[in-house]
Amino acid sequence: MKEYKTITRIAGPLVFVEKTSPVGYGDLVRLTLPSGETKNGQVLDTSDDAVVVQIFEGTSGIDQETTVTFLGENIKLGVSEDLLGRILSGAGRPIDNGPEVIPERRVDINGAAINPYSRANPEDFYQTGISTIDATNTLVRGQKLPIFSGSGLPHNELALQIARQAKVLGDNAEFTVVFAAMGITNEEAQRFMRDFEETGALERSVVFLNLADDPAVERIITPRMALSAAEYFAYEKDMHVLVILTDMTNYCESLREIGAAREEIPGRRGYPGYMYTDLAMLYERAGLVKGKKGSITQVPILTMVGDDITHPIPDLTGYITEGQIVLSRELHRTGVYPPVDILPSLSRLMNGGIGKGKTRDDHKQVSDQLYAFYAEGRDLRGLVAIVGEEALSEKDQRLLKFAAAFEEQFVRQGKQEDRGIERTLDIGWELLREFPEHELTRISPDLKKKYYKP
Amino acid sequence: MTKGKLYRIAGPVVVAKGLKARMYDVVLVGKEQLMGEVIQIDRDTATIQVYEDTAGIKPGEEVVNTGKPLTVTLGPGLLTSIYDGIQRPLPALQAQQGDFISRGATADGIDMKKKWKFTATKTKGDTVSGSSIVGEVEETEGNIHYIMVPPGVKETTIKKLTSGTYTVTDVIGELEDGTELKLAHEWPVRQARPVRRKLNPTVPLVTGQRVFDAFFPVVKGGAAAIPGPFGAGKTVSQQQLAKWSDADIIVYVGCGERGNEMTEVLTEFPHLTDPRSGKPLLNRTVLIANTSNMPVAAREASVYTGVTIAEYYRDMGYDVALMADSTSRWAEAMREISSRLEEMPGEEGYPAYLATRLSEFYERAARAVPLGTDREGSVTIIGAVSPPGGDFSEPVTQNTLRVTKTFWALDSKLAQRRHFPSVNWLTSYSLYQDNLEEWYAENVAKDWRETVERLQRMLQEEEKLMEIVQLVGSDSLPEKQQLTLEATRLVREFVLQQNAFHEIDTYSSLEKTYILMRMILHFYDQAQQAMDKGVRMTQILSMKSKDEIGNAKFEKDYKKLLTEVGERMEKELAALAR
Repeated sequence: MKEYKTITRIAGPLVFVEKTSPVGYGDLVRLTLPSGETKNGQVLDTSDDAVVVQIFEGTSGIDQETTVTFLGENIKLGVSEDLLGRILSGAGRPIDNGPEVIPERRVDINGAAINPYSRANPEDFYQTGISTIDATNTLVRGQKLPIFSGSGLPHNELALQIARQAKVLGDNAEFTVVFAAMGITNEEAQRFMRDFEETGALERSVVFLNLADDPAVERIITPRMALSAAEYFAYEKDMHVLVILTDMTNYCESLREIGAAREEIPGRRGYPGYMYTDLAMLYERAGLVKGKKGSITQVPILTMVGDDITHPIPDLTGYITEGQIVLSRELHRTGVYPPVDILPSLSRLMNGGIGKGKTRDDHKQVSDQLYAFYAEGRDLRGLVAIVGEEALSEKDQRLLKFAAAFEEQFVRQGKQEDRGIERTLDIGWELLREFPEHELTRISPDLKKKYYKP
Repeated sequence: MTKGKLYRIAGPVVVAKGLKARMYDVVLVGKEQLMGEVIQIDRDTATIQVYEDTAGIKPGEEVVNTGKPLTVTLGPGLLTSIYDGIQRPLPALQAQQGDFISRGATADGIDMKKKWKFTATKTKGDTVSGSSIVGEVEETEGNIHYIMVPPGVKETTIKKLTSGTYTVTDVIGELEDGTELKLAHEWPVRQARPVRRKLNPTVPLVTGQRVFDAFFPVVKGGAAAIPGPFGAGKTVSQQQLAKWSDADIIVYVGCGERGNEMTEVLTEFPHLTDPRSGKPLLNRTVLIANTSNMPVAAREASVYTGVTIAEYYRDMGYDVALMADSTSRWAEAMREISSRLEEMPGEEGYPAYLATRLSEFYERAARAVPLGTDREGSVTIIGAVSPPGGDFSEPVTQNTLRVTKTFWALDSKLAQRRHFPSVNWLTSYSLYQDNLEEWYAENVAKDWRETVERLQRMLQEEEKLMEIVQLVGSDSLPEKQQLTLEATRLVREFVLQQNAFHEIDTYSSLEKTYILMRMILHFYDQAQQAMDKGVRMTQILSMKSKDEIGNAKFEKDYKKLLTEVGERMEKELAALAR
C-alpha cells in the first residue's frame, strides 16, 4: 500500500491530499503522525487532483509531515456472537478492558437498502408495559419509533424502561439490545451502564459509546456500526434486536459540522441538504425481511432544540420514522412520569399490530375515543382560565375532569411498572365510564355493549 | 458509443473527462457499469448523476455513453408490477441479489419471455400513424391492453399484421414504411407523450372519500396537491385514493418514502377488490417504490417513470390516476444534486428551476383525445407535499399550488384529535366546482351543489362562533347558535370524518354521502322549527336519534337505517314539542 506525505490543507475535520494514484470514493484512510500516533478517516471527495479525507478522531496534531495510507476498502465492522455483552467505542473498538473481538467476518457499515419487495409487513404487537405507548401509540416489531424529547426530560429512563420491558406476548425468541450513544455525557453513559448491569441486560446487549468529549466526526459512524451489528444478529442469528440510538441531535450536529467544513451550500438552519437522505439511510435499516426470523426495531431518541418540533432534526426524523413519542415539559413539571403527550404522538404501524387476536377487539376504538376526549379536554383548559369552570356546560365539565383523570391514571405509571395491555385498556374504559353511552361516538354499539358498564 | 474517463467522484454526482455526450444521455459508469445520466456539460467534462451508490469507484475508471436518453419499456406486463425509480422490477432484483439491494443490476422493465395472446383489430392496408391502436391483449383479468404503433411514425399503411401468441420482443407485423410492430416500445421519460388535443375536464374523479367528493373534488385530468406535516395522514389519504378512486389504471409512486409503507401497499392490495369490477385492485395498479434509502438520483427519475407509464395508458383511452408520494422528496433529490453541482441556489437551497420542473410535471396531467383513438383518456396527478415543519409557505408547496387547482390542506391539529382525513375544511379549496356542477346534478342529485354549499356556510359560521365560545363559553350563546354548533359537530363527525380502516366506512358512494348530508340538514331544519315552538336546547342535546345518524357510516344497509333514524327523530322532536 502506497504512503503519501502530500497533505496540502487541513481545515476542521478535513484533510486535503494531493498527487495520489486513483483513490476510491468512501475508502478508509489511515494517517500516521510524526509522533507515531495513528488516526482514521474516510474519503469524501476524490479526483485526479486532490482527495478530501474526513478524520474521525479530530485533526489536532496532524501536520504536513503526516503519512497518509489509503486502505482501499470501506469502513467495516468485525461481527461475531462475541460482541454480546461488550462495550465498544463509537468507532467499534473495545473499551471495556476485555479481549479483542475475533470477528466471524467483516461487514460494510453502510449496509444496503432492504429491497421493499423483500420486506415483511410489521404486525407483531410489542408490549412495552407503558400505557401511552401500548394503547395509543402502539409499537410493533420492525418499526422505527423515535422519542422526541427536550433537554432535562426523562427520555433516558423511558428508553431504559422500554428496553427492560419490551416483549412480544407468547413469544420466547432470543432478544438483544443494541445501544448506540452519540455525544452523551459520561454521567448519562454511567447511568445507562449501571442499569444495564443491574438488570442483567448487558449480557444480551452490545453497547457503542461515543461520549460528549469524543471526536464529533466519530459520531457519524457510531450508529452505522450499531446497525451493522444489529443486522448481523437479526438476519444471521435470528434474534429480535431493539436498537436504541441516543442522541440523534448530536449526530445531526456532527453532520452539519462536516458540511460546513466542506463549504457545502447549507439547507435549513445550516444543516446539509442531504440530511433527509442521510437520516433515512439509518432509520430505514429497521424492519423485517420475509423468510428471516429476526427483526430490527429502532427507538431513536432526540432532544428537540428549544422544544421546537418544527426544527429540522425532529421534522426530518418525523417524515422518515413510523410515528413519534413526544415528551412534554408541562407534564414533566406536574410530576407525571412518563410525561408522554399523546396528542402530537403517533404510531403509524399501530393498526396492523392491534385488534382481535393480537391485543383486544376494542383497542382501536378505545384509543380513538380517548384521543378525541383528551384533545377536547385540553382545549377547555384554556377556556376555563378565562371564564371559570361554572360557565362550562355539563359535558364540558366532564371533559375537563376526564383530561385530568387521564393524566393521573392512564399516563402516569411507575418507573418499574410493567402494565399489561388488558389492564391498560381496562383503565381506559374506567375513564370512559364517566360519559353517558351515547357520547362515545367513536365506539361501535356492539363494543359498548360488551365493555361499557356504567 | 463514446468513452471517457472518470475524473472526480463525490457522492451520487461524478465528473468524466473526454466523454462525447448530449444532455440526459444515459451512461455506464466505472467497472461495474453503474447507470447514470449526463446532467451538465462543460467543455470536455460531463457531470453525471449516478443511479446507484458510488462507494469505491476511482478516478480513471471508464465511462461509456449509450447515446440514448433514459427510457421506459411500455407494453403488456406493466400492470401488477413493482419497480424501482428506473423501471427495474424489484422482484427481479431480489432474484438476482437477495433481500438487500446491491448495485450494478440490470433487469428488463417487463417480462420479455411471457407470451401474450394478441388479437389484431386492424388488417393489411389500413392507414395508421404514431399511437394508432392496431390490436389488443388481455393484460390482467378484465383489463385490455391496446397495442399501439410507436409514437412518431408518420401516416402509412399496414403491410402485415397477424393475431397470435407473442412475447413482447416478437414481431407481430410490419408497416409499409418498414417499421416493425411489436407488443412493446420504448419512450424517453423526460418527454411528454403527444396527444391530438387537450380537453376541458368536466368529470370528477370519484374517490369514495366524502370530504374530497363533496367539498373539494378533483376532476379526471386535473391535478391536486395534498400538503401536510408529518403524521397528518398524507400517505393514508394517497393510499385511500389509490384504492377507491374510479380511475381505470392507478400508478402509485412511492418517492423517497418509507419502505414499510410500500410493504403495506404490497401486502394489502392483492387482497382488496375493486368496488366496481370486483377484481383484485392490484390488477389495475403499477407500483414504483424508490424508498428514502435507495439512491437519490433514481428518486429524481421515479416521478418521470411514473407519469410516462400513466400517459401510455391514457393513450389507450383510459382514465389514469397517478399518486406521487411525496413530491417534496423529489424536489429534495433535485436540491441535493443541484448543490453537488454547486449551482447557485434559489429559495431555501432549492435550484432556481424548481418551479419549472414542478409545472412541467403537473402539466402532464390532462384530459385529452389521444392520437390513436377517439376514446378520451386522462391522467390525474395527485401529489403529496411534505413541507418542513408543516409550513405551507415553503417553496415546494407554493410552487405546487400555482399549478394545481385542488388543494387538500392536511392539518396536524385535526390529526391530533384523530379527525381523519385531517383535511382542513376552511383552508382547502377546489377550483373545479363550476366544471362539475352539471355532472353532479345529472348523476347524483339536482340539489347537490346547493347542499354542499349550505354545509360549507354552516362550517364557516361555526368558525366564527367558536371564536366567541373561546372567550365566553358555549352556554352564553343564543340557543339557535348553540344548535348550529351541534349541527356542525354532526357534519364534522359524520360527513367529514371517515375511517379508512373500517371495512364499510372506507368507501362512501356519492349517494351515501348525499343522503348523510341531507339527513343532517333535515335534523337542523326540524330542530330549528321545534325551537320556534319552544323546545329548549338542552332537550335537543339529549336526543339520541341525532347521534344515530353516524351509525350509517358503518352500516351496509345505510338507507334502511337512516329511514328508521329519520322516523325516530321526528317522533322525538314531536314528543319534545308537546
